[in-house]
Amino acid sequence: MIYLNAFLFCGTICLISQLILDNTKLTPGHVTSLFVIIGAFLDIFGIYDKFVLYCGAGAIIPITSFGHLLIHGAMDTASKLGPLGLAFGVFNLTSAGISIALVSAFILALILKPKH
Amino acid sequence: MNNKEYQKLVKKHTPKPKVGKNAAIAFFIGGLLGSFSELLQELYGLWFHMPRKEAGVLVILTLILIASILTALGIFDVAVAKVKSALIIPITGFAHSITSAALEYKTEGFVLGIGANIFKLAGTVILYGVVAVYFFGLLRILIMGG
Repeated sequence: MIYLNAFLFCGTICLISQLILDNTKLTPGHVTSLFVIIGAFLDIFGIYDKFVLYCGAGAIIPITSFGHLLIHGAMDTASKLGPLGLAFGVFNLTSAGISIALVSAFILALILKPKH
Repeated sequence: MNNKEYQKLVKKHTPKPKVGKNAAIAFFIGGLLGSFSELLQELYGLWFHMPRKEAGVLVILTLILIASILTALGIFDVAVAKVKSALIIPITGFAHSITSAALEYKTEGFVLGIGANIFKLAGTVILYGVVAVYFFGLLRILIMGG
């Protein structure tokens, strides 16, 4: 069942984004920024946690989960340190993804040439 | 021909994207990627005896690595042209933007090229994500006390 949920959730997010891209003048950059903000917004009331619970990795893969992870890390430290904790913890959960992406991009840029 | 007529003519001859077909492809491939990730998450949980949350992070890292390598080999751009959003919206799009920026600006040097431009496309996601988190986080602390 969770596989079907994952399929439907991830598919729907991609579908919405494709409809926005085809019907408006917005670029992928606009859409991804918008989706990150929506993901963070949905997490205020714990709605995105429900998606993660029922859709598993289907809800972790889309870029909306980036916003969800950012605000989760921030709120975790904010519960210990108060409002200043937002600054301390904002990258706690996403640091793995960002650092791996940076290091692998750097190494690949060292050894390979761009293809056009 | 005045400006308005010209605009009309341009609009008439601009190829219309096949909205329905593109949307169906994005839905199907995006969904498959979601199911595949779920499978990967459960397999990681079994193989490494990990809790679901850590296995989820490992799934994200796997997809980032695959997307980076495929981008560097030039395969990713071909795939994006075919399946559109299905590869841009998942975390693979984030990895793609970083790797393609690194490769593209390699010729301009390590600091002013790769270093200065690596966040050129991914920076927008991080910027608006962090601004949104500060805004929503403060709101949540003010309203619900954390």
